[in-house]
Amino acid sequence: MIMDRLARALDDRLRLSPLTRRALAKVFPDHWSFMLGEIALYSFVALVLTGVYLTLFFDPSSADRVYQGSYAPLDGTTTSAAYASTVRLSWDVRAGLLIRQTHHWAALIFVAAILVHLVRIFFTGAFRKPRETNWLVGVTMLMLALANGFTGYSLPDDLLSGLGLRIIVSVVESIPLVGSWLVFLGLGGEFPSDEMIPRMFVSHVLLVPALLVALVSLHLAMIVRQKHAQFPGPGRTEHNVVGSRLYPSYALRSLALFAWVLAVLFALGGLVQINPIWLYGPSAPDQATSPAQPDWYVAWGDGALRLFPPWEIHVAGHLVPAPFFPGVVLGGVTFLALYAWPFLERWCTGDCRAHQLLDRPRDHPVRTGVGVMALTFFGVLVVAAGDDIIARLLRVPVYDVLYVLRVLVLVLPVLAGALAFLLARALRRGDAARLGELTRADLRAAGRRARVGEARAVDESELPARDRPGQRIELWPDGGVWRWRYRDEPAGVTLLHHRAVLTEREAADSARLAYPGVDHVAVPGPPPPPPPGRVRTALRRWGNVALGVTLLVAALRQRRNRHPGDDGDGTGSR
Amino acid sequence: MSRRPPVAPAPSGVNRRIILSFLASAAGAIGFAVTYGLGGHTQWEGVCLAVAFAGLAIGLAIWGRRLVPVGGYVEEHEGFTPPPDEKPLTAAALSAPDSPIRRRGLLAALGLALTALGVAALFPLRSLLPWDRARPVRARMETPWGPGVRLLTAGGQPLRPGDVPAGTVVGVFPEGGTDAGDAPAFAVRLQPERFTRPPSAGHLDGLVVYSLLCTHAGCPVRLYLKGTGRMLCPCHQSSFDLFADAEPVAGPAARRLPGLPVAVDADGYLRATGDFTAPPGAGFWNRP
Ligand code: HEM
Ligand code: FES
Repeated sequence: MIMDRLARALDDRLRLSPLTRRALAKVFPDHWSFMLGEIALYSFVALVLTGVYLTLFFDPSSADRVYQGSYAPLDGTTTSAAYASTVRLSWDVRAGLLIRQTHHWAALIFVAAILVHLVRIFFTGAFRKPRETNWLVGVTMLMLALANGFTGYSLPDDLLSGLGLRIIVSVVESIPLVGSWLVFLGLGGEFPSDEMIPRMFVSHVLLVPALLVALVSLHLAMIVRQKHAQFPGPGRTEHNVVGSRLYPSYALRSLALFAWVLAVLFALGGLVQINPIWLYGPSAPDQATSPAQPDWYVAWGDGALRLFPPWEIHVAGHLVPAPFFPGVVLGGVTFLALYAWPFLERWCTGDCRAHQLLDRPRDHPVRTGVGVMALTFFGVLVVAAGDDIIARLLRVPVYDVLYVLRVLVLVLPVLAGALAFLLARALRRGDAARLGELTRADLRAAGRRARVGEARAVDESELPARDRPGQRIELWPDGGVWRWRYRDEPAGVTLLHHRAVLTEREAADSARLAYPGVDHVAVPGPPPPPPPGRVRTALRRWGNVALGVTLLVAALRQRRNRHPGDDGDGTGSR
Repeated sequence: MSRRPPVAPAPSGVNRRIILSFLASAAGAIGFAVTYGLGGHTQWEGVCLAVAFAGLAIGLAIWGRRLVPVGGYVEEHEGFTPPPDEKPLTAAALSAPDSPIRRRGLLAALGLALTALGVAALFPLRSLLPWDRARPVRARMETPWGPGVRLLTAGGQPLRPGDVPAGTVVGVFPEGGTDAGDAPAFAVRLQPERFTRPPSAGHLDGLVVYSLLCTHAGCPVRLYLKGTGRMLCPCHQSSFDLFADAEPVAGPAARRLPGLPVAVDADGYLRATGDFTAPPGAGFWNRP
């Protein structure tokens, strides 16, 4: 009752109901891969909530401070305030360690979810027109997420993160001409400077999160505006979205996902130790730990630094040191390629149309091959970041592992990419539904040159569903409103329009938008008393789109009396 | 207004499962509060919160899958090409006679003002550089080491040659600059007859001092592989051959560790006789 009254009061002042009605009825495709973006979103929420708690106890300063507390090995030692306050937060603040570890796990899962989300967007071609803009926003968020992960990791001023920071500083310093200036600009002096922790703190808790909030909002706003793309299927066209409505179905499931994410994060934060900085000790310029591995999402950079050979370039008495190539060039090329991909692909395929139907990875073997190649390349780099651990586990010299990895990082991606390309082509040409069903003949066919006219096959679903037998639209009045549904009897599919509309015209218009070319329109159920002139209006309207005759025949034949409970099929008006 | 339709009946058992999940969730929340109140316990707190949220998740998921329809709806797409008659209208609205867009001269002046403001706004960024106006390149070239600077141990004691036994590595710091990031060095005693290349900074009966910072990306080269005379960097496994003037022999480092020339003073303590033979640590553009 109270909710009712509140809702009405707000509606009277803001005229919310038309907006709300549409928003609540928004349709989301039901496919698991669409939850990946949401996992990223919910981990971001968890990051903000736990992060705010941490800021209340963390002291972002490199000034000396004596730690006094219950972690005995450090009790009474002088370290930086940042380190001392993090140890205090972990050992002496109730629930502090839980929140701190949960924050760290949330960061790892956030980046992982973004990455898997990106991979799904890539392989399904969801970045094509009109969604290139959202792809650009997405890549920017990925960069910001990586940067924020790194600054957060460095804040506690412990030994391990100190090493990581030193390496990044060296990579920045390797940039020709401006490297040392950039380092000075960033750190306010030579590494390790007193300014670096306060500055990273501001960037970690204010600048980058604010940017991320803005970009996430933009990302979601664009999704609402553009609507989700969907996989092809019965009743799904380039002109509609098929799935569940936001309210109640999708909202309940999405909230459940949010709760799942929090449950997993708190379970990890409580039970699985992460980044025990009190064991590493405070950062010191002459100390190092071994093995020294960074968080997984910077491991590709670390692996590249390990694999790149000791090649340096001397230019007119100046030096371009080795870390420049695996650090700056690789990172730059990676993100440039990500930004450019939608446009590169469009340029290569000449496909400038808007797409609401997603590809399956097999529909586009070249893209799939390139994607698998890139993933394999970065996968080998991540493995390379653990070369010392691998060497220890296998009991072989670390340099043997290094040489093998140097070969693998060049060979494996090409092999994997070519294999993915061939498999995708075999799947597309043959009639196997999935990988396990491929026959040798399919594979042999995949190796041959493309047949003429094959490219067309991809676009088949984009043709309007004209004259498909058994498909039709049914409109009917329901109380004071109109509804319609789509039926495909051979496929056994019935899809209800997601919202009620006020007039028959509106209903017919939206049905025509969603299913252009489906021209069997029927009005089953009790018909409304046809007001005079109605039929003529309808005739003119449908005549415009050359559908009039069919409509009229179908409609007139199937109109029924509107008496409640009367299911006789008398024709004509009262 | 129409009467509300009655609530749809739930399939048997579904209601009960949802309620049980939410009860479990509440129990988890209470468990968390109690654990906290009793003094806190990271693992239990984590488990309780996990139970609280998992209960919520399970209840909501069953609700969302069993009590409301999943799928079965279609929404039309208006498409993104604006209706043809919209475009000229928008264009007309933008290019009306009084439209600011059409006053080219004023726009140019406005652009000038905004550009000037934008450039001026960049100037305060200079304050991010060090307040003492230190020059980055000079700072990178110089370290606190220099003629006459004594070598201190990590404990702050001045070092005598006898304090460096054969086969051990002793970390050393410049007196008066122990906190500097580019200063850490190490002293080690080797057999001079095994030198394959004489140390560029010289040696005192096999005692050599080198910068501790890896020439790859600046990590401290902490691991000494005794018999081989090699120093290994824990970050990316570069290794340096101390018998060959700390030449990199494996891994991604490309340059030798810079050496520190040292001598024994009248009191028997080790003193540097100059700075490192090259700027320590990672390479940079202006490095000679
Ligand atoms: C901060 C990180 C991110 C968050 C919170 C986020 C969130 C979301 C959500 C909730 C969706 C709708 C559900 C889905 O399709 O999975 C979505 C869709 C989308 N995202 Fe992201 N995302 C992030 C990063 C990225 C990245 C890194 C990219 C690509 C480079 C990207 C590109 C897209 C695109 C193109 C869509 C539309 C997909 C479609 O309609 O099928 N996003 N995002
Ligand atoms: S920092 Fe020493 S090998 Fe990279």
